[in-house]
Amino acid sequence: MYAVNYHKPASIEDAVAAIGGADEAKILAGGQTLLPTMKQHLAAPSDVIDIRGIGGMTDIAVRGDTVTIGAAATHAAVAGSNEVGSVCPALAALAAGIGDPAVRHMGTIGGSIANNDPAADYPAGLLALGATIVTNNREIAADEFFTGMFTTALEDGEIITAINVSAPGKAAYAKFRNPASRYAMVGVFVAKTGDGARVAVTGAGEDGVFRHDGLEQALGTNWSPDAVDAVAVSADGLMSDIHASADYRAHLIKVMAKRAVAAAG
Amino acid sequence: MSEGIGAAVKRKEDKRFITGRGKYTDDIRMENQAYGAFVRSPHAHAEIRGIDATAALAMEGVIAVHTGPELKEDGIGDIITGWAIHSKDGNPMNVGAWNPMATARVRHVGEPVAIVIAESQALARLAAEAVEVDYEELPAVAAATRALEDGAPLLHDNVPGNLIFDWEIGDEAAADAGLAGAAHITELDIVNNRLAPNAIEPRSAIAVYNDIDDHYTLYTTSQNPHVARLVLSAFYNVAPEHKLRVIAPDVGGGFGSKIYIYPEEITCLWASMKTGRSVKWTSDRSEAFMTDAHARDHVTKARMGFDADGKIVGLKVNTVANIGAYASLFATATPTYLYGTLLSGQYDITNVYCDVKAVHTNTVPVDAYRGAGRPEATFVMERLMETAAREMGMDPAELRRRNFITEFPHQTPVIMTYDSGDFHALLEKGQAAADVAGFAARKAEAASRGKLRGIGYSCYIEACGIAPSKAVGSLGAGVGLWESAEVRVNPVGTIEILTGSHAHGQGHETTFAQVVSDRFGLPMDNITIVHGDTDKVQMGMGTYGSRSGAVGMNAIVKAMDKVEAKVKKIAAHTLEASEDDIVIEDGEVKVAGTDKKMAWHEVGLAAYTAHNLPDGMEPGLKEGAFYDPTNFTFPSGTYICEVEVDPETGVVEIVQFTAADDFGTVINPMIVEGQVHGGVTQGIGQALLENVVYDEDGQLITGSYMDYCMPRADDVPSYVLEHSTTVAPSNPLGVKGCGEAGAIGSPPAVINAITDAIGNNNLTMPATPQKVWAAIQEVGLPQAAE
Ligand SMILES: Cc1cc2nc3c(=O)[nH]c(=O)nc-3n(C[C@H](O)[C@H](O)[C@H](O)COP(=O)(O)OP(=O)(O)OC[C@H]3O[C@@H](n4cnc5c(N)ncnc54)[C@H](O)[C@@H]3O)c2cc1C
Repeated sequence: MYAVNYHKPASIEDAVAAIGGADEAKILAGGQTLLPTMKQHLAAPSDVIDIRGIGGMTDIAVRGDTVTIGAAATHAAVAGSNEVGSVCPALAALAAGIGDPAVRHMGTIGGSIANNDPAADYPAGLLALGATIVTNNREIAADEFFTGMFTTALEDGEIITAINVSAPGKAAYAKFRNPASRYAMVGVFVAKTGDGARVAVTGAGEDGVFRHDGLEQALGTNWSPDAVDAVAVSADGLMSDIHASADYRAHLIKVMAKRAVAAAG
Repeated sequence: MSEGIGAAVKRKEDKRFITGRGKYTDDIRMENQAYGAFVRSPHAHAEIRGIDATAALAMEGVIAVHTGPELKEDGIGDIITGWAIHSKDGNPMNVGAWNPMATARVRHVGEPVAIVIAESQALARLAAEAVEVDYEELPAVAAATRALEDGAPLLHDNVPGNLIFDWEIGDEAAADAGLAGAAHITELDIVNNRLAPNAIEPRSAIAVYNDIDDHYTLYTTSQNPHVARLVLSAFYNVAPEHKLRVIAPDVGGGFGSKIYIYPEEITCLWASMKTGRSVKWTSDRSEAFMTDAHARDHVTKARMGFDADGKIVGLKVNTVANIGAYASLFATATPTYLYGTLLSGQYDITNVYCDVKAVHTNTVPVDAYRGAGRPEATFVMERLMETAAREMGMDPAELRRRNFITEFPHQTPVIMTYDSGDFHALLEKGQAAADVAGFAARKAEAASRGKLRGIGYSCYIEACGIAPSKAVGSLGAGVGLWESAEVRVNPVGTIEILTGSHAHGQGHETTFAQVVSDRFGLPMDNITIVHGDTDKVQMGMGTYGSRSGAVGMNAIVKAMDKVEAKVKKIAAHTLEASEDDIVIEDGEVKVAGTDKKMAWHEVGLAAYTAHNLPDGMEPGLKEGAFYDPTNFTFPSGTYICEVEVDPETGVVEIVQFTAADDFGTVINPMIVEGQVHGGVTQGIGQALLENVVYDEDGQLITGSYMDYCMPRADDVPSYVLEHSTTVAPSNPLGVKGCGEAGAIGSPPAVINAITDAIGNNNLTMPATPQKVWAAIQEVGLPQAAE
């Protein structure tokens, strides 16, 4: 790792100031992605700004049918949160299935979605649930937030502060783990919401997480595992690698979608 | 006897390991210590046009940058391969020269090109990135079968067609004749997938040069420190043996990968002399994937013929073995004398023939890894047997029974003389423990849940001990494969055992002490095991090939024989009795049938005070021995695997795994169980999960755990273990060895079970969900699950 300046601001203002004052700043949350890339010299920021000390960043609270999750809440905190469980147990279950215990106790929801790894779990959950991403400047709808593999709508230096999730009618996540990394090789999050079915797929798309129109339409009319059978899932635009071909991923999308709908009830 | 042979004594060494107080090479700090980092080739094949270290040398805290040509100029020798193999035409093998650091050409990704020495590890690594190497890329080849094709890129000028040797064993004409007369022939194309060893502790070295005495000390992660010293002295010219001490402290796993003396260790020693500093290097996991010797990587065509009754009448095997860019220490022995010689399996076959082509490719060297050659042979044999049984409509267990060897000694057509075993008993034990009779019901129940259940067998035999020296010498080995031990009885009666075996997870501190405790009736607490230091231990050949029990412990027995003889003489003299009447029991030396006795420690004291010893007897009580066995040992077993496959995804779950083994005498059943658990888990890893992938250009795709899949605890079931013992006749303890059996026997059982479940035999390792799903698509779902 190259030498780096470490900051741990207590407020958003101090964080913004620290980012502004640095040659090349990187926001640091759980460090589960950022630190390995720095160790491998793939990232070399001059300064890291640890946002975990900012007031409210790890809070989780329910207002009405909406849960607000602080961006620095760890996966373990989300998995174990009664608040998240009361609004959307499927999201808590998703968090419980990320990585291993060490990763879950360090990694954060904000870090995961800012990174937008094409095999990460949260992007599928937040996209299917139509979540809102709150930053220090604005609110971004999940549909606008995830813009491609490892890219998001965030501006340079913009800090995610919280994520708002409203209770779906029904929801579930089915994850087919990559045998080696145990990230999602295909993960399908289904949600039955006021405006129909939303189905988000992670681990499979060449451009990262995406919603699947065909599945949404089929489930919108008939919310049942059988409805998935009739849907054609194309391998176009899906990833191929040593673990899974695009065809196999296309097949798994259907299988996982069925299992998710069955689990959602 | 609570602590003797056969007792499940808890491991003495675990207290320090579990509390984090083991002392590994990287835990050691020398005064004056500097750090080495290697500049490594990013290319699979390239000429080195030039190396510019100016920027690196300009960094504050960088001490030196050294390159391959400098090392060569100083007379450091090329890295050797330890077995000289001859091709079937009688010609000696051709192997490419292996410079510890590349001098002109690099031949695999990760090959060291220069070493940077700096004041900290971080700085050394940064400076290594600043060294500019001008490469001219050359075409590369990673697959062995492709490397043999006309027009393939050539790695070494002295190795035409990349072919190291074309070796054979057995009688080809006889095998052909046997096959010609066969009523049924089973033919298989087999790939034995390439593995990375992944010991939990990466390799590490600290080289300490002392210019006053012109003396070197190397602390390193070695399975055989004496062999390291021998090779570093005799071949690499680092220093003569009396000026080189090699210490292998606690070592966190090896599985074979720490037998070899790698470029990094050699270079650190030389760099310590060049810089006058202690030089420490510790591999990170990425370096380990690129530089630790890989394993297996065979492509095989096998044909087995049967008569109408299912008796094997001929076997012909053609294998292409990937050796990698250079031939590592055991690389040439592994696919030949550790492979072809096991192609008779547990079966009485008259006609076996095997041909092996060993090939250079632009990949890291391939060498021995847990099982070494024997897993590959077992996979060929046991896939053939299961497949043949299915093709002939026979019960796979029955087909094996019809062919089992039942009389010993048994001379196979491929060199080995099996000396013991009871294969029928192992199969019966395995079948009973696995409740094979209840399989049909379990399969039906699984089908009701939409799962495909299958069962598969593997009846393995392997050769351990890797001895006798005379025999291995005649087969091309460069060294003898005995072991040495010294038993030191102190004046207070406590005992130190100095052994040339080396423990890196096996628990020698416990089992070796048990053998001594058993012999003299002393508490284990009074016995310590000393190993891993060439200045302390007289000599040794180290630990690999499941040889610590079969060879290492028997060397201790031989030394104890000498101690016992002297103890009896001293006691007879002191107690005024006849030597023949002296017995040693429960820590006492007694005159049989009387109440005359000496405590064990009194004999020790008498030996060292020497006030009253028999005339002419030397004082002291300390004896050494070298033990060279008369034969290999032959562990064998039946493994039965049961799987459930999810037909929708291709995911395989191992729902039951039964191992019935014959390891000869068992010293500590708990430790033996642990060895089987680890071995079987590695075998399941090979069968389901692990695979090293290079792309066509020789770039390593599986360079981290994101892509290389190691078995985790939840990938394996709780194992069912059984034993059926025949004692090894070739050594006094009767032990056969258990370290590798699990990894040798298990892969075919797993693949046989999956192919049984899905009804398609066309499946290669690792049987990933994608491959299993594709295999199901190829033939459609079996009836029961539809
Ligand atoms: C072994 C292992 C297994 C894993 N398995 C899984 C898995 O199964 N599924 C899965 O989804 N993930 C997995 N992960 C990733 C893990 O979930 C991490 O939590 C995630 O990648 C990043 O979160 P972090 O808090 O560690 O972020 P960091 O590593 O600290 O930061 C990641 C990126 O996000 C930016 N960032 C962080 N916080 C903010 C913020 N509040 N606002 C703006 N930008 C921000 C950083 O600048 C950086 O670019 C795994 C990781 C490891 C190491």
